[in-house]
Amino acid sequence: MILASLVDLSRLQFALTAMYHWIFVPLTLGLGFIIAIMETYYVRSGNEFWKRTAKFWMNIFAINFAIGVATGIILEFQFGTNWSNYSWFVGDIFGAPLAIEGILAFFLESTFFAVMFFGWNKVSKKAHLISTYLVAIGTNLSALWILVANAWMQFPTGMQFNPDTARNEMVDFWSVALSPVAINKFIHTTTNGYVLAAIFVIGVSAWFLMRKREEEFARKSIKISAIFGLISLIVLIWSGDGSAVHVAKKQPMKLAAMEGLYKSHKGTSLVAIGILNPGKKIDDYYDNPLKYKNEKPYWVNISIPQGLSLLVNRKMDTYVPGVEDILEGGYVYTDRNGDEKIAPPIEERMELGKLAIAGLADYRKASKAGDEEGKDIAYKQLMENFDHFGYGYIEKPSDVVPNIPLTFYSFHIMVILGGFFLLFFALTLYMEFKGIIGKHKWYHWTAIASIPLVYICSQAGWIVAEVGRQPWTIQDLLPVNAAVSGVSSGSVQTTLILFFILFSVLLIAEIGIMLKVIKKGPGA
Amino acid sequence: MSLLGSLLVFLMFVQGGQSLLFGTAKENEEKTLLVNALGHKWELTFTTLVTFGGAIFASFPLYYSTSFGGAYWLWMAILFLFVIQAVSFEFRSKAGNLLGPRTYETFLFLNGTFGTILLGVAVGMFFSGGSFVMDKSSIADTFQPTISYWTNGWHGLEAIVNPFNLLLGIVVYLAARTLGLMYVMMQIESETLNTKCKSQIKITGPAFVLGFVAFLIALFTMTGYSVNPENGLISPVKYKYLFNMTELIWPLVMLVAGVLLVLSGLGLNIFGKRVGKSSFFLTGGGVVLAVWSLLICAAFNDTAYFVSTVDPQYSLTLYNSSSSEFTLKTMAYASLMVPFVMGYIYYVWRAMTKVKMSIDDLSKPDTHKY
Repeated sequence: MILASLVDLSRLQFALTAMYHWIFVPLTLGLGFIIAIMETYYVRSGNEFWKRTAKFWMNIFAINFAIGVATGIILEFQFGTNWSNYSWFVGDIFGAPLAIEGILAFFLESTFFAVMFFGWNKVSKKAHLISTYLVAIGTNLSALWILVANAWMQFPTGMQFNPDTARNEMVDFWSVALSPVAINKFIHTTTNGYVLAAIFVIGVSAWFLMRKREEEFARKSIKISAIFGLISLIVLIWSGDGSAVHVAKKQPMKLAAMEGLYKSHKGTSLVAIGILNPGKKIDDYYDNPLKYKNEKPYWVNISIPQGLSLLVNRKMDTYVPGVEDILEGGYVYTDRNGDEKIAPPIEERMELGKLAIAGLADYRKASKAGDEEGKDIAYKQLMENFDHFGYGYIEKPSDVVPNIPLTFYSFHIMVILGGFFLLFFALTLYMEFKGIIGKHKWYHWTAIASIPLVYICSQAGWIVAEVGRQPWTIQDLLPVNAAVSGVSSGSVQTTLILFFILFSVLLIAEIGIMLKVIKKGPGA
Repeated sequence: MSLLGSLLVFLMFVQGGQSLLFGTAKENEEKTLLVNALGHKWELTFTTLVTFGGAIFASFPLYYSTSFGGAYWLWMAILFLFVIQAVSFEFRSKAGNLLGPRTYETFLFLNGTFGTILLGVAVGMFFSGGSFVMDKSSIADTFQPTISYWTNGWHGLEAIVNPFNLLLGIVVYLAARTLGLMYVMMQIESETLNTKCKSQIKITGPAFVLGFVAFLIALFTMTGYSVNPENGLISPVKYKYLFNMTELIWPLVMLVAGVLLVLSGLGLNIFGKRVGKSSFFLTGGGVVLAVWSLLICAAFNDTAYFVSTVDPQYSLTLYNSSSSEFTLKTMAYASLMVPFVMGYIYYVWRAMTKVKMSIDDLSKPDTHKY
């Protein structure tokens, strides 16, 4: 029980810092390029208007950047402080992208950041423009490597377990770095940043339009951002679709939770809008089967027939397993080597996992005793069951089911808002080209309201990705309860509260500063 | 384990370590000028710290998990001190910053003093060890799968009161402060600030040198732990670190060269007629060499670099805590980029510091002011 609350507190602390970090990062990812485009206009035309415009957004960029950096460092060190077992178990793979990120991306970012902000009089116009682009590229490269690491946790590949060191070791760097999950994740996450930055710029500019201030500045900012945002959003939606295909193959439980799909059949439908029945609890599936059976999955739902099958496999009659189906086994899944296999029931996987772990224990005992034959037998037992290794730590079958309501609602909020932003960009471009964008107050309010909405959308995306994969830190290999550090839950609780207070204060300060800078406008 | 692979990566992480040490020099003069002059460089230090963390994770994952997960409070304190630094430059002078400029100045001050001291304490643990137990077989225990535990409830806070660690912490702080003073003299055009720094360095500089000598005496007389590469058994060796120097020779050469550079840099600064750029770079280079040699001395020559004070057999060595050969090779390829990175940092540094910074510069229209 104490361990459980330690795990929960550690998860909460990680989630808190990750979510705070993700408030600041996406704006940095996209705004860098928007500024670079504006400065390109300046260098090509020599028109001071563009310099003034670029510099206004740079100011916003700088305020946002500092706090993004501050929250980022905590995340990095938290792998060690709070997830020490994880750090050893997979550090051989996970650490490399983090270190490469430092060498290749962070230095690029931070070095040219100084030129971008302090170098207007010190380097040539062209050198300055190049620096601005390098900052934008640097921020995106930073995102690349951490997402490679994250993708690896969701779909571990390119490694081999070594029982002598009791950890996974990297055997193929490129299959880690270029895993299809990693590439898809990178595209999905960075374009999300671009869309967020575009909506941020449009929203702030709309405020100027509403106040009838700086109208040229506002309209040109809107035009660049709307085009940039629309293109990014199309790529974003395309990569989201790709992401669903990957999840279906590699993390079927996550998909089932996203859709609130309990029991499935061929030609599975896709829930467009729905409200889950909070009475349907997965624990009841084992403890109170009658109650479970009588509870309907949804209170309300509007579904697209066969939609989910189409989405994940492009075929109308594809079978997509639901939560119960996964617990019972019997469906087809893709393992880490890309082979299709029939999944055993969870209870059987837990047994196989225990066999794998016992194999590891025996191997290490035999190794100490110098018993070569015993080592071979134990090794065989470990490797034959290694795909189920993590299930050996699972206490009861329902533990492998993530929080369904949180995953379900986050997923649907994300999708609905994504659709709304498509309309919003189209509307913005239409009004801009018609020249009526300055006239309609309702539009200005919509644009301003879109800023918080796009942040919600972006956070919801991460909730789907990270809550949906629970309880796994490494899919099927290491659940959270086996990954956590040996610190006391009281310590984690204290740091959690401290982080919460510190970050909240800094967030309020940041918003305060931004509002002042925006109010002042680009003129000053 | 490939010694060649780990060598390259090891060097890189060590370099990360040093740049931290001299880069964190931030004493608060409550002067916009100072904050601005330092503000142009803080990202570099911070990035080095982050890269340092990433490189440890990649090269010595067991250290990452044992020390960070064990000495929890020490690392958390360091993290807090760096979080408050990261925002302070940008937020300090901005309207609407909620806490007022003084708070952010205090943040910077805390980071400059305690941040450097605590990092020094953490580095000190490479020699003085920590009270942890570590057994990789634990992962096969489904009820208690944690590999490493700290055995006391202080979780690293006890390391701060260890006199050896504290001494190193103070030396690191003094080094950072000395370099900070030199940087200010080199970079800022201000008569009053310069005079103040000049009189300060006459105390800080010699204090740093004396502190460092005291640290060396403590280090060379202490008992270290040696690992037998054949069977992994760990045993105490008197004057281990002194022997490391004399047996390996090149750390000794680096240490002597480093000390000479620091002394000549300080001498030039205190007794020289004109304060040029050379004293800052001489001293900085000396600090890099000296720390580098000490870190090599902490782990090479079959030395246990993170000793368990509970039972030395739990100690971490290069053999039992490094990444796999494949990962280290991958990292070695990545570190081929380091000269290129250093190149552009050098280029940008030069372009940005051609002229000294004065108060007039800050009011120019194109300046981003902190």
